[in-house]
Amino acid sequence: MDKKVAVELKNISKFFGDVVANNKINLEIYKGEILSVLGENGCGKTTLMNMIAGIYFPDEGKVYVDGEEVVIRSPKDAFSYHIGMVHQHFKLVDIFSAVDNIILGEKMPEYSIKEEAKKILDGDTDKDFKVRAKKYLKVAGLPFVKVWKWMKFNYLSKARIKKIQSIADRYGFDIDLNKKIYEMSVSEKQTVEIIKVLYRNADILILDEPTAVLTPQEIDKLFAVLRKMREDGKSIVIITHKLNEVMAISDRVAVLRKGEHIATVETSETNEKQLTEMMVGKKIDLNIDRAEPKNSEDRLVVAHLTMSNHDGIKVLDDVSFTARSGEILGIAGIAGSGQKELLESIAGLNKLSEGEIFYYNPYKNNEEVDLRSKTPIQIRDLGVKLSFVPEDRLGMGLVGNMDIVSNMMLRSYQKGKTMFLNRKDPKSLADTIVEELQVSTPGTSTPVRNLSGGNVQKVLVGREIAAAPTVLMAAYPVRGLDINSSYTIYNLLNAQKEKGVAVIFVGEDLDVLMELCDRIMVVCAGKVTGIVDGRTAKKEEIGLLMTKTDFGADKEEEKENNDD
Amino acid sequence: MFSFLREAIWFGTVYLYGSTGEIITEKSGHLNLGIPGIMCMGAVGGCVADIWYMNSFADPSKMPAGAVIIIGILGAMLVAGLMGLLYSFFTVSLRCNQNVTGLAITTFGIGVMNYWSERMGAKGISIYWVRQCFAQTFPCAGTIGDFGKLFFSYGTLTYLALAIALIASFVLRRTRIGLNLRAIGENPAAADATGINITAYKYVATVLGAAIAGIGGLFCMVEVTTSFQYSVDAAGWLAVAIVIFSVWRPSLAVLGSMAFAILYYIPSRVQVDFGEKELIKMIPYVVTIIVLIIISILNKKETQPPQSLGVNYFREER
Repeated sequence: MDKKVAVELKNISKFFGDVVANNKINLEIYKGEILSVLGENGCGKTTLMNMIAGIYFPDEGKVYVDGEEVVIRSPKDAFSYHIGMVHQHFKLVDIFSAVDNIILGEKMPEYSIKEEAKKILDGDTDKDFKVRAKKYLKVAGLPFVKVWKWMKFNYLSKARIKKIQSIADRYGFDIDLNKKIYEMSVSEKQTVEIIKVLYRNADILILDEPTAVLTPQEIDKLFAVLRKMREDGKSIVIITHKLNEVMAISDRVAVLRKGEHIATVETSETNEKQLTEMMVGKKIDLNIDRAEPKNSEDRLVVAHLTMSNHDGIKVLDDVSFTARSGEILGIAGIAGSGQKELLESIAGLNKLSEGEIFYYNPYKNNEEVDLRSKTPIQIRDLGVKLSFVPEDRLGMGLVGNMDIVSNMMLRSYQKGKTMFLNRKDPKSLADTIVEELQVSTPGTSTPVRNLSGGNVQKVLVGREIAAAPTVLMAAYPVRGLDINSSYTIYNLLNAQKEKGVAVIFVGEDLDVLMELCDRIMVVCAGKVTGIVDGRTAKKEEIGLLMTKTDFGADKEEEKENNDD
Repeated sequence: MFSFLREAIWFGTVYLYGSTGEIITEKSGHLNLGIPGIMCMGAVGGCVADIWYMNSFADPSKMPAGAVIIIGILGAMLVAGLMGLLYSFFTVSLRCNQNVTGLAITTFGIGVMNYWSERMGAKGISIYWVRQCFAQTFPCAGTIGDFGKLFFSYGTLTYLALAIALIASFVLRRTRIGLNLRAIGENPAAADATGINITAYKYVATVLGAAIAGIGGLFCMVEVTTSFQYSVDAAGWLAVAIVIFSVWRPSLAVLGSMAFAILYYIPSRVQVDFGEKELIKMIPYVVTIIVLIIISILNKKETQPPQSLGVNYFREER
């Protein structure tokens, strides 16, 4: 195939504060190819593509489209260079039909009265008065033509469907264009987004995790469409972390890790193992303390947990595990593999369709308590000391506009016996936390919103630990924190472990998980794909478990092997 | 019966201006509770403009009716539009709370109107001749009996209100401008991603909506009341209620306005005690609550308020 470069990135860097999201990345996208951008969560693959699509602006480096240097400041600019992106979260108006969503915001084709007049009068050497008069009359009528064209463009006639239908037919999309978005399945919505991009004449399509929400059959359909687009000469970029899909569809793979471009390889010359190694990299020593678990006993037993989301997709599928006291259980997995739902189910925030959760109360001789289908308050009233540090600190954990003392009270105000609030105890608790965890704040009456991310997290973790939990669940507690704050949190978790608390730690950095946790449970697409020992496990092993998909994928792999 | 219906259509004009204006504004995702105050300001603006014009004539009875009507409408639209501009500056540019801003504007508008009408009363100014101009109607109204009365006996403002409502309905449903505007009220992030200038649309929708509502205030002054003392704001609140009643459709607002006008007129027509009269006056509000209950029970997406109504849009908040 004759390869022509469609887009070229040269030394692109992007920083968010002190965090380097992309570091001097060089990448070429060819015409008529499918390129996979592969990497773990937070490796900067979406950020990189957002810079081509005009969502972010690169801090350093240059972008070339068709060999010419361009500046892309907005999605509109990107469209003018024929670049379109389908985001992970669809941007569609629910009550509109597919057609109306696709034509939304379309600009009228340029119609310049000056240019048109020039065309009519150009080369006007005619001396005949009648002919000249006719021409000038025509020019005088141009404003009316423009108004007429504008009105015609503005009117939503049935004809607007035709052009869109022809695009849908060309690439084999199977969709009812008059259907309203709110009646559509996720896959149909995605189709609308793709047609929307094609309708705007995009030659370079970027798809962010397009298969995350699809069933295997829908993925096959999508891939068929993408192959057709490739034949049509379009460039397609797929952002993904699923290895089997990379192998199945792409021509080349660009691997990113922690903001760095590791390598771009031909798919035919690589295999899943090699890609995993590039993706997770070599193990780095972090020197996090880890004591041997003492007097471990079963504290929380979860069995066959199953739960579906609004779209009927299973977000938790037969999850079973045991959390033991005096031990840190890590949960590893690509973001959105069911970690959040799992913790929320244990905390009593979700309704389960199947499964059991048992708690063994150490204060009552390990009496068995059934936590299934209980609200958080019921769980507390049962004497279960469960603490939860949620992923969304200021959304679920703390109230941003309230000060530290009031946030402390959120956990204790119901204990009061009078109608007046007791601010004394929470105040002293807040003082203790600020002092012991070195929260940098002007005072305990400062709204939590005004604190930095690390300090917010310290306040939240401090409050949860102050409740003297026997089970402590923490979801991404160090996300967005600097090194020092992160170590403070690790030490806090370790201290809890030594006190005999069963700690459940959901993390994204494998190096941290492997040094902090005693056991690591790996989840993928709502399923537990393995539980490994934190001391002996290999990074690649965990990496493979994280991307291990169901049997369908294995079959595909087999088929490919057979083809070889 | 005919005269009763006629009165309903005629008096519904007040509500129709208010509700059409408010619907246009709400479609952009902004709940403008300043409408009652804006209608008051429109009433003041229109009257001030016409009084100014009237004063330039030695004999006000010789004023050209067309000019009086146009100047009155422009005055009302200008002053009300400025209030709309103020509202959109606060809510769109400064992202203030929409309800607080709206209520502040209402309070302000009522205050200005009360002050102004006191002054006018004290000065003994009469706009009798201005009213005569606005009252002019089709010459055939009296000649073709009840039918003529029902269709041709209104002043210019009533026909204008109907025209505006129907045009608004057409633009919202059948044109790209309406499509873009509705998209902004539903999902501004989606609209933003397609390159629609959200700020411009919101400003235009709010200012235009306010200007239209302002004509409603003028109508109160020149057709409904004969003194300057009239609570325009009460009509404004009913107009906001009609927006819900007509499930955010200007075409249904025409019917809604008539229905509310009938409900408003019943107490003055039936001979009942004072207490019962006050109860009957409550009916429009009760009906609005019932409609709200019904549309939330039906839970049909098409009859719901614009999804991001009352929520200011912030691009950075992805």
